[in-house]
Amino acid sequence: MSAISFQSVTKTFQTPKGPLTALDGVSFDIQEGEFFGLLGPNGAGKTTLISILAGLAKASSGSIKVNGIDVQGEPLKTRKLLGIVPQELVFDPFFTVKEALKFQSGYFGVSNNAQWIDELLVGLGLSDKANSNMRQLSGGMKRRVLVAQALVHKPPVIVLDEPTAGVDVELRQTLWHFIDRLNKAGHTVLLTTHYLEEAEALCQRIAMLKTGRVVALDKTSELLKAASSNVLRFKLDAPLPDELAKVARVTGRIVQLPAHNAEQIEAYLGSIRLAGLVAEDVEIRKADLEDVFIEVMGESS
Amino acid sequence: MMGWQALFYKEILRFWKVSFQTVAAPVLTSLLYLLIFGHVMADRVKVYDTVSYSAFLVPGLVMMSVLQNAFANSSSSLIQSKIMGNLVFILLAPLNHWSWFVAYVASSVVRGLAVGSGVLIVTVLFTDISAVAPLWILVFALLGATMLGALGLIAGLWSEKFDQMAAFQNFVIMPMTFLSGVFYSIHSLPPFWQTLSHLNPFFYMIDGFRYGFFGASDVSPWLSLGLVSAALVVVSSVALSLLKSGYKIRS
Repeated sequence: MSAISFQSVTKTFQTPKGPLTALDGVSFDIQEGEFFGLLGPNGAGKTTLISILAGLAKASSGSIKVNGIDVQGEPLKTRKLLGIVPQELVFDPFFTVKEALKFQSGYFGVSNNAQWIDELLVGLGLSDKANSNMRQLSGGMKRRVLVAQALVHKPPVIVLDEPTAGVDVELRQTLWHFIDRLNKAGHTVLLTTHYLEEAEALCQRIAMLKTGRVVALDKTSELLKAASSNVLRFKLDAPLPDELAKVARVTGRIVQLPAHNAEQIEAYLGSIRLAGLVAEDVEIRKADLEDVFIEVMGESS
Repeated sequence: MMGWQALFYKEILRFWKVSFQTVAAPVLTSLLYLLIFGHVMADRVKVYDTVSYSAFLVPGLVMMSVLQNAFANSSSSLIQSKIMGNLVFILLAPLNHWSWFVAYVASSVVRGLAVGSGVLIVTVLFTDISAVAPLWILVFALLGATMLGALGLIAGLWSEKFDQMAAFQNFVIMPMTFLSGVFYSIHSLPPFWQTLSHLNPFFYMIDGFRYGFFGASDVSPWLSLGLVSAALVVVSSVALSLLKSGYKIRS
């Protein structure tokens, strides 16, 4: 049985400018124990899909099942199976970290879980903040508490909606270490993120969303194989020749060009030389998930 | 522990942590009302033959505090959670509409009764008053607080901004409490305003509550009990159906 099954999920919002389709027939399954990545640019519909899964919004049509249970039909049952880390950095300013975790446990009907709460605090590096008021915490610390709150009831399915947006390297390390441990212990993980290297490192399978549709769905390794196998990377101080600018990914001085073979690399370097430019720090590397992402998003437009 | 108990306890702790503002401040306000109105109007208003104006005023002030604070509790908690975004923690939890209702309303009842008891204790020091029928006092305090807790729930769900909440409070709750006979007996009003007062459920709450102190009231406490109970059923049904449909909290 799938941990999560999305079946033709469609969501249309009524806006002053007319109906807006945020999700357009999204279907895919996440297997039990899987570490699954949901990627897509802003506005692709990732958060809407998670909101419907969480019962915060209703699908216009289609259905979502968690461990075979329909989220719209029996929301109280599915919410118990889910641990959702919301994207917004929200907190209740009245309480301490420990109080927030105890109340959250209580809402799920869980008591006497002091040991697990301590484990969460240690695992997420929150031990010395346990009795601090939520208001006094930094953004990164608040994010850790959000993760802990989602896990108080030991949910079999963990959903993280951009948990590392705007957080420092240390937290990302702590968080991934902890989530990886839970995944190895059998928890299913659904992750949305903008950091594609994270998705590449962590996710066994990936779905890519664009304007509410699934445009890629495969094992991470297969997606990488299918993409242009190599990338020519160099630094350049002047603008690129036009024929290269069309295909290049440029980040400041860094230019990256997709290359399928040696001739193509020769041709790229030839155009640079012809234009009288000098490429510095030239290297050839394997394509990564970011290259795949850009290629998929480009193709489907 | 059941889910609703956790939410109830959270709501209690929320107002208790700021009890200076949520309990002590309204007690002081009521005391000021008693001292000023009681002093100024003592010789001008005579409601029942054996009851001084100050003594008449006390139950009104106590009930007004119960009602206003019960309303303030559920409504301000909900609107704050909506605006801060932390309502999501409750929305993600497996709590049904009854759990929400019981937790928010019961905690509002606790705050209403806490403030009401505070007002009673303080004002009793300044007036000579006794309770003829304490059971009526308790029944009307409970019914009134429950109804206002439920109304606060409706207002909290409906409001999207603090100024909408303020409008609900200033244009609905305040007029209904002030025009319910807190400061006067409605027999002293012109006929038009008397009729209007009889349409106000808050009037019956205060009148029935006052009966418990003096054994005398404008209408029979049984009539008040019936009408207040009916109003409570209506308001609670609305609150429950809004919660069930996820009105303005689930899209």
